Amino acid sequence: MTRYLVNRVLGMLLVLFLVALFTYMVFFLLSPDPAVQICGKTCTPERIDQIRANLGLDDPFPVQFLHFLEGLFLGRDYGTGASAVHCSAPCLGYSFQSAQVVTDMIVQRLPVTAVVAIGAAVLWLLAGVIGGLLSAVREGRFTDRFITALTLGGMSVPNYVLALALQYVFVVQLQWLPFPQAVPFADDPGQWFLNFILPWTVLAIGYASSYTRLTRANVIDTLSENFVRTARAKGLRPHLVWRRHALRPALTPIVTIAGMDFAGLLGGALITETVFGINGVGKLAADSITKNDQPVIMAVTLLAAFFVVVGNMVVDLLYSAIDPRVRAGATT
Amino acid sequence: MTGELLLRARDLVKQFPVAGTAGLFRPARLFTAVGGVSFDLHAGETLALVGESGSGKSTTARLAARLLDVTSGTVELAGQDVTTRKGKDLAAVRRTVQVVFQDPFSSLNPRHTVERIVTAPLLYQKRDIPGGSREFTRTLLDRVGLNPDWLNRYPAQFSGGQAQRIGIARALAVGPRVLVCDEAVSALDVSVQAQIINLLRDLQAEEGFGCLFIAHDLAVVRQIATSVAVMTAGRVVEAGDRDTVFGDPQHEYTRRLLAAVPRIRPEWEAARRAKAAAR
Amino acid sequence: MSLLRVNDLTVKFGDVTVVDGLGFELPKGGSLGIVGESGSGKSMTSLAVMGLLPKGALCTGEISFDGIDLNTLSERRMREIRGDRIAMIFQDPLSSLNPYYTVGTQIAEAYRSHRSGVSRRAARQVAIEAMERVHIKEAGRRVDDYPHQFSGGMRQRVMIAMALSTEPELIIADEPTTALDVTVQAQILDLLAEVRRDTGAALIMITHDLAVVSEVADTVVVMRYGDVVETGSTEQIFSDPRHPYTQALLDAVPRIDDEIGDLRTLGGGS
Repeated sequence: MTRYLVNRVLGMLLVLFLVALFTYMVFFLLSPDPAVQICGKTCTPERIDQIRANLGLDDPFPVQFLHFLEGLFLGRDYGTGASAVHCSAPCLGYSFQSAQVVTDMIVQRLPVTAVVAIGAAVLWLLAGVIGGLLSAVREGRFTDRFITALTLGGMSVPNYVLALALQYVFVVQLQWLPFPQAVPFADDPGQWFLNFILPWTVLAIGYASSYTRLTRANVIDTLSENFVRTARAKGLRPHLVWRRHALRPALTPIVTIAGMDFAGLLGGALITETVFGINGVGKLAADSITKNDQPVIMAVTLLAAFFVVVGNMVVDLLYSAIDPRVRAGATT
Repeated sequence: MTGELLLRARDLVKQFPVAGTAGLFRPARLFTAVGGVSFDLHAGETLALVGESGSGKSTTARLAARLLDVTSGTVELAGQDVTTRKGKDLAAVRRTVQVVFQDPFSSLNPRHTVERIVTAPLLYQKRDIPGGSREFTRTLLDRVGLNPDWLNRYPAQFSGGQAQRIGIARALAVGPRVLVCDEAVSALDVSVQAQIINLLRDLQAEEGFGCLFIAHDLAVVRQIATSVAVMTAGRVVEAGDRDTVFGDPQHEYTRRLLAAVPRIRPEWEAARRAKAAAR
Repeated sequence: MSLLRVNDLTVKFGDVTVVDGLGFELPKGGSLGIVGESGSGKSMTSLAVMGLLPKGALCTGEISFDGIDLNTLSERRMREIRGDRIAMIFQDPLSSLNPYYTVGTQIAEAYRSHRSGVSRRAARQVAIEAMERVHIKEAGRRVDDYPHQFSGGMRQRVMIAMALSTEPELIIADEPTTALDVTVQAQILDLLAEVRRDTGAALIMITHDLAVVSEVADTVVVMRYGDVVETGSTEQIFSDPRHPYTQALLDAVPRIDDEIGDLRTLGGGS
């Protein structure tokens, strides 16, 4: 098990390194010269050269990338002398436009994104699993077909349409929900909670739909397994057949896929956060793209990749904890 | 009774990587499925590879038919070394060696008609079809005991035994010198199994091909084989002509295998035969 | 008095009759073989006795077990008998065991669901004893292993241990050795014989393999397309088969000790 773990962690580090290299390369090659941006309107070529030298922008690509890695693990300084800015590890870069260390910008916004992601995940797991079970139990009957129709709708409506439509109905027309505004949790927990209901719902509906389909298919498949027949042949009560022999095998893959999807959301729910004006990582990414704030875009990309890779690993470990067959494979 | 040497396999070894044992910078552990198997197959001969699951008999057959690449060893077909043939050069091998698989349905494309299935090997090899596709198919169907008018039907319209006959027709289409039957009768009911065994025997008498017959059922092997190689754990432990191996087994494992076969009591068999003869 | 009497058993799916008017009797401690080729209805018969027919099946006729008609029994009462007084062993032991639970848990589960007030520890002990009875070595340690850690033959031993744990009066084995190697098959058949000797359980063996049936059963029912073709003592069926189908079937079986010649085949297309 230990060797398996070490292997997995090494593999993960390699992937992260490659993602960082690739991302850095893309932005290095494609983005406009930050020195020009910093220099502003009254600018001379000498001044630009000076800024470049100052920030290390005239170094060749490998050197710059090494500096970037150095910042990630050790921290680094941007500029020299009195105007130098220290960016401590893990340093994801420095936004010249907003004159801020990118790490700070992200750390400020990560909690709210996490709240959005966690709430949505809870919602879609509950709805998806319950809906899928209902559908499977009533296979072929009205309930099943009704749920199937709903999920088809849920999967095909784009997030932004859903977001705007729900906002219009529940906030503008019915006024059941308050107009979205930033309220700290400590000030008014009730208001805070109401603010998140719509974003959670919007994010959850697509996932809930596909999870319903998945749960339904898994449960129906599992019920036709030979070991379920064995359980019935033992004379187990139906609820035990269901709970022990049908649900566990059917839900295991769902739990693990949920881990991946959740990790993906931590990288930023771009559209949802933008539409509902939630100041999270997704909105930060959207704003940075509009402003072409290269270090921030890159940092968010890296962060998303980080969550996906780590999520992937957590899911694998989870799987080996749940499924004895995987566990055995890992130890040999 | 044996004719020209068709297939010569020497020291065949096949190793597979064990799933899940590969590290980031470390190759996977290897599992040896076949550990040095040699045999000769002559025209008109049926060599049976028998063994239990995991004995390596099917892997050996696939190596000999060049469906799998060997780890080491050589395969010679009609005097030519074909061990390392790749891509286009394999066409000659496919013309000489054909395989009939265990599950007729999963090895026949359900969306193709019988005619298309049976003539496909010729089309792949860009060869002319003697007498035209339809006539050719009708002749083949007739030879494997199927109604020649069924050439436009689809696999799903056939029973298991009939589908296996189509599999045999397809294999025969290219006029192979070696027919590999990989558990070709194992999935069939007893009565159907008997028909297919008889069919294979008749076809071999007409065509004179060599047959490499893979099976776990010793009674079936006894009915069809001329010579037998008993395999366990990737090796041949005993080989010889059929009557010697079955009548006077030398290796402990062969004896154990033969002793384990369920039998109908001899006195019941004798009584039944006597009654049947009287009828 | 017979332990099981089946009378005019008919199983239909819509218009399709898969078992048609089947009847047989099995005395206490006796053993009955049901043979037939695919589509003969032999497996449906076993599921009908267990009350485990798939949805949509219509089952009529009498299945009298120790004087109780199982076919008219409520599902609740049937559940009390199923897995307790009648146990079943299936063809493919790997897929018949749940990969997520240890074999000990799965054996104990059968026992606990039929005996009230059994502690986890006591049920585990029953599981270990059952595993010892089917000759699984180091049962005390292996009880905590998962199905995939056993070989095919050992898995079938686990299934038999599971069936044994409640000391059933009737064991139904549906092709229990078909998926196994021939040497393992011999061991499992020996084990079933031993179990019957020790516990006095009756056995219904469902198989396509005539030689297996000839070694195991006292009475044989030959089925084809849902119909009973012939019923008789094993000796009579194998030494003096009356029905042409039985005769043809016996002719078609390849034999290990036989003279070599063309196998006789059954009439009609394959």
